[in-house]
Amino acid sequence: MSATAADLMAYDAALAAYDPALGLEVHVELNTATKMFCGCPTGFGAEPNTQVCPTCLGLPGAMPVVNRVGVESAIRIGLALNCSIAEWCRFARKNYFYPDMPKNFQTSQYDEPIAFDGWMDVVVPAPEGSDAEDEVFRVEIERAHMEEDTGKSTHIGETGRIHGADYSLVDYNRAGIPLIEIVTKPIRGAGERAPEVARAYVQQLRDLIVALGVSEARMDQGNLRADVNLSLAPSGSDVLGTRTETKNVNSFRSVERAVRYEVQRHAAVLSSGGAILQETRHWHEDTGITTSGREKSDAEDYRYFPEPDLVPVAPSREWVEELRATLPENPTAKRARLQAAWGYSDLEMRDVVGAGALPLVEETVEAGASPQSARKWWLSELARRANDTGVDLVDLGVTPAQVAGVQALVDAGTINDKLARQVFDGLLAGEGSPEEIVEKRGLAVVSDDGALGAAVDKAIEANPDVAEKIRGGKVAAAGALIGAVMKEMRGQADAGRVRELILEKLPVVE
Amino acid sequence: MSWIEKDAAALTDALAAGEVTSVELTQAHLDRIAAVDGGERGVHAFLHVDAEGALTQAAESDARRAAGTPLSALDGVPIAVKDVLATTGLPTTCGSKILEGWVPPYDATVVARLKAAGLPILGKTNMDEFAMGSSTEHSAYGPTRNPWDLDRIPGGSGGGSAAAVASYEAPLALGTDTGGSIRQPGAVTGTVGVKPTYGAVSRYGLVALANSLDQVGPVTRTVLDSALLHEVIAGHDPRDSTSIDQPVPDVVAAARQGAAGDLTGVKVGVIAELAGEGWQDGVMARFRESVDAMVAAGAEVVEVSCPSFVHAMAAYYLILPAEASSNLAKFDAMRYGLRVLPEGVDSPSAEEVMRATRDAGFGDEVKRRIILGTYALSSGYYDAYYGQAQKVRTLISRDFEAAFEQVDVLLSPTAPTTAFKLGEKLDDPLAMYLNDLATIPANLAGVPGISVPCGLAEEDGLPVGLQILAPALADDRVYRVGAAAETLLTKALGGPLLDRAPTLTETGAGA
Ligand SMILES: [Zn+2]
Repeated sequence: MSATAADLMAYDAALAAYDPALGLEVHVELNTATKMFCGCPTGFGAEPNTQVCPTCLGLPGAMPVVNRVGVESAIRIGLALNCSIAEWCRFARKNYFYPDMPKNFQTSQYDEPIAFDGWMDVVVPAPEGSDAEDEVFRVEIERAHMEEDTGKSTHIGETGRIHGADYSLVDYNRAGIPLIEIVTKPIRGAGERAPEVARAYVQQLRDLIVALGVSEARMDQGNLRADVNLSLAPSGSDVLGTRTETKNVNSFRSVERAVRYEVQRHAAVLSSGGAILQETRHWHEDTGITTSGREKSDAEDYRYFPEPDLVPVAPSREWVEELRATLPENPTAKRARLQAAWGYSDLEMRDVVGAGALPLVEETVEAGASPQSARKWWLSELARRANDTGVDLVDLGVTPAQVAGVQALVDAGTINDKLARQVFDGLLAGEGSPEEIVEKRGLAVVSDDGALGAAVDKAIEANPDVAEKIRGGKVAAAGALIGAVMKEMRGQADAGRVRELILEKLPVVE
Repeated sequence: MSWIEKDAAALTDALAAGEVTSVELTQAHLDRIAAVDGGERGVHAFLHVDAEGALTQAAESDARRAAGTPLSALDGVPIAVKDVLATTGLPTTCGSKILEGWVPPYDATVVARLKAAGLPILGKTNMDEFAMGSSTEHSAYGPTRNPWDLDRIPGGSGGGSAAAVASYEAPLALGTDTGGSIRQPGAVTGTVGVKPTYGAVSRYGLVALANSLDQVGPVTRTVLDSALLHEVIAGHDPRDSTSIDQPVPDVVAAARQGAAGDLTGVKVGVIAELAGEGWQDGVMARFRESVDAMVAAGAEVVEVSCPSFVHAMAAYYLILPAEASSNLAKFDAMRYGLRVLPEGVDSPSAEEVMRATRDAGFGDEVKRRIILGTYALSSGYYDAYYGQAQKVRTLISRDFEAAFEQVDVLLSPTAPTTAFKLGEKLDDPLAMYLNDLATIPANLAGVPGISVPCGLAEEDGLPVGLQILAPALADDRVYRVGAAAETLLTKALGGPLLDRAPTLTETGAGA
């Protein structure tokens, strides 16, 4: 079944006629050592169905027990989002049949979430090329609640989807891993900037989760999953339109693109007199479109009721205050502090934030690189590679420590910027640490006078006219000879030493 | 008196004195099972007998005893376990086709505690499918018969455990009580059954019927035996977060104290609402005599009104099906148990297999309650049904609290009638549900209760049970008053009630 693009209205026209309302549901997979309701380990990448027990397999008679660290993480997330923390709340069963859900109900929370009524001030970067100020947009948080993940189905067959599959395999290692679902209230008033607001919210939420240390929060690995709800209302109307919920949005960039796409699609349907179907839609990263998933409506009845196998969670106010004291710095204040410490211009800082590179640059600087070099590598070389492969910078696979390691080699003169690019190739290919890659690939800069001297002599011999110019006082012409030496040495020559040698060998004749 | 007729307390003494070995005891019970459990007219208390496993455990017990290192007082005394409790290596079917052949990879906490105390496990006892019923007729593997009259029901859902104990196939058994499934079978088979305080005994490994009501408890022939077993299985379990993290009351001491038969200073309350229309005359007669005997032994009696009890049945049949409908969703043919492929469907989908399996694997009563529960939880009905039922539950708890401000224990007949005929109420669910009228309130409020034999009904010569209820956490009070009542009633009857049961003829091979 191949997905076909829907009719779209031009974005500007869509925004002229309609006001978008956004809603974001973000699932954060916690990095607790054990699952939410049993003692099974949570490590990623184990053999299928090896991290399971009677409880997370839903065997008859098995019972859940709440993971205290999971509750602690939920409270810290709630506090960081300026939420109230429930004095008393319960888990609830969300009943529906699906083979990757061992009990055929998900242990979640319903009308008694652990955290509720919060907000996050999202800094939406000014459009590229504009000299407008960054805009601060307040996103209201409806709730953050605790739940468990499901198993993971793999459909074996031509399509890789459940329809038309020959058979399906289920791995329950993921079943029972703690999730925190963070739900915004409807976000209105973002207008044409709705896609950027959505992206900035998810990005900033991720930074917050990382700062809290409660999750790896990698979108490409599914630690952080965003569902994008969107509806349109005729401009000026107070009534919310019918919404769609787009799933499978696996990068910040996709969040922005998916919102934009759905705005255009909704507008096309509505303006032609059609009605939006309340449904789940799937985002397709490759084609940049959404397609209809299962029809979903509020009529879908999960028959929630309080989980009778668990006692209520009643975090004491003392505990909540203890946890409040562990919260990381407010993101906005932190940004101002870092900009001052790093000496970045507003534009430089905005670029770093916009690229989702703030925590990466911060860690790189902490690992010893200068702020300018850290920014340079993340925003030029690495951003380009991330863009080429269609992943977010954080998911590229290069760590801040490695970037700092590369820069240290540059600072030590072992390699130059050009060779550094080859080191990044090696890092992405998994060839080891920067030092190992320099060693294995033989990338070190040659500063040995013997080898360099021979190459310089050869270059002088091959370019007598240039040599004459230098002797005649046109020292700038040395550049051509340096280029020739570098070519001869396949880029691995110490350019400074080469220049010195050339000038030694070609003294200016008075 | 043969070994199988002795109670567990007597057996512990005999084992300690070296008069008998655990292997001999276990073999005697296995022989009894082989003699009376199988065949057309057998008791059919067991779904699965584990002779080899039981004898191995018995031999180990004897070795410990010889080495002077028994694990507990009950080390070596064999026991039967209701088939709703997970047992490593032994089938656990819950009386349902849908779990036929399933062998759990883990032990329920109570089963682990039996093993840790050295009790050989004879086998798994019959029950209404997923504990839904009051007659054991809803077992997918055929009904259990009442040893008092093989044409009658042994109560339910734990008819197997009660019948096993009543017919001397086991001195001890474990049951589970959601709305009376330990106490009502105890009443109609002339045995003792205890539902401990909710949370007193771990539910980990108990295949849940209704999680907020279920409780594991002892099924025995004497109150002291129940106390001895209670001591083994009770206590906090970190795997069950609803289990109570407090020391277990000294129920054995309480039972021994009560056995003196002195009730001086004890205030007992008779629940006014649990009498009247629908209550068999012979049941009420034995009940009144029991109360009189207690008064004669020094108890002070008052009538107590618990007005919300009249709504208990309605609330129970909303809460139980709601929880059960969700619990039973896991039986979907994907990971374990029965798998039925739909007929005439090429390469069926997972959903089609689930539907065919659940259709074939669940019995009518289970389906009835799944539908009821699904409906009660549905959006738009939740408040009117499940929500209201929870409010009734709160009111019932308040009735108990108010009553226990006036009295130490509450009394009622355990069941409105004696054992009825097999098949008599099978097509009339409401009539069947009424059996649990007196037992349900204790589950809704989480309080402990016991059923003690109190004689035979005049009109049919069948056993009647006296129910004694105490406040939550006061399990010791249940044992103390229960043991006193047992002493008084045994004296009045001139011996244990079970002595009057007809002798079972041998029917041949067991399960
Ligand atoms: Zn597990």
